[in-house]
Amino acid sequence: MAHSATATETKSKTSVWFGGTEPFKASWGKLMMWYFLLSDAFTFSGLLVAYAVLRFTKPSYYESEYAKQFASIKEAGEKFVSSDAYWPIPEKIFDAFPFFHGQYLPLVFVGLMTFILIMSSVTMVLAVEAGHRRHRADVEKWMLWTILGGLTFLGCQAWEWTHFITGTDKGAVRDVWMNGEWVKQTIHGANLFINEYGPAPFAFCFFTITGFHGFHVFSGVLINIIVFYNVAMGIYDRPGRNYEMVEKVGLYWHFVDLVWVFVFTFFYLV
Amino acid sequence: MAYVYENVPPGQYPKPQTKVIWKTFWILFFVTALEFLLAFTMPTGGLRTSIFVLMTLVKAFYIVAEFMHLKHEVKGLVYAILIPTIFVIWLIGAMFIEGGSIYDLVYNLYKK
Repeated sequence: MAHSATATETKSKTSVWFGGTEPFKASWGKLMMWYFLLSDAFTFSGLLVAYAVLRFTKPSYYESEYAKQFASIKEAGEKFVSSDAYWPIPEKIFDAFPFFHGQYLPLVFVGLMTFILIMSSVTMVLAVEAGHRRHRADVEKWMLWTILGGLTFLGCQAWEWTHFITGTDKGAVRDVWMNGEWVKQTIHGANLFINEYGPAPFAFCFFTITGFHGFHVFSGVLINIIVFYNVAMGIYDRPGRNYEMVEKVGLYWHFVDLVWVFVFTFFYLV
Repeated sequence: MAYVYENVPPGQYPKPQTKVIWKTFWILFFVTALEFLLAFTMPTGGLRTSIFVLMTLVKAFYIVAEFMHLKHEVKGLVYAILIPTIFVIWLIGAMFIEGGSIYDLVYNLYKK
């Protein structure tokens, strides 16, 4: 830092890109976190692009012969039946809530998950703010809340996956290829090849997109725990050190929240 | 953000500055609540999808600008992050439209 300070004194303002200064006024660690997040955004975009093509090359429910026999879109929506011929309406599929077996509660659980993740993002930014004040106890408190929020989200996702894989009581009748012929069979739940909710890519996209996001939440929680340990050990209170590491994991954590915002819209709402 | 209070002796902490954080939280909360309201009241269609995408971008703006603090960074950094992202978001949107176009082609071929 001392080196760059002497260098700026002798150089004019126009030579900001010619070395000796920090053009972005951010530490290398923070910049690298930003660039990592940018590359990670491309990875998630790849998944969303694949999802976009897979989904819209399938007919939508409202364009199907079955839905067209009803007088209005509203009635067709109410009489929704899943089929592998068209993409399902997400709110008809994600309608379960723990301990409320068999009740129709569309998108309530995923709404709760969204709320938990946004809330944990808020506690993370409060931890960063406390870090600026070098208030160790506050940083510890808010980081613990963030870790708790992350773990709760992961628990919710585990339940959601279990429900998705196990399926409903009713199941759905599908044509299954067995012993050289197509057989009608009632199937429950989903795997990568067949599912009771819609065409195979529906479950495939669900597993890859929410799975990859869940993996990010999981690694975020791990990194948060490591940084929390460092905070609790007083490492960032040592002379010459600061709480910037909390800010860096904060960036990662907000990114995870950001991705969920997109997944929520494109997978559950649209 | 610079660590302004680096020379504060332990035990004497400045007051927390959390007003903007909670304001951002309430914006995110209300936009999400509105999305739910629309999901149950508005008939499905292109307009609803566009509103959802627009609201997602609003939420994304507040998360990136305030929580990730990008709004308060140097212009060069803002552009370095935003410009590639805008192109890739365009790619996602383009592929949604492209998927629909492929669908039209394929299913009309079958009908003939």
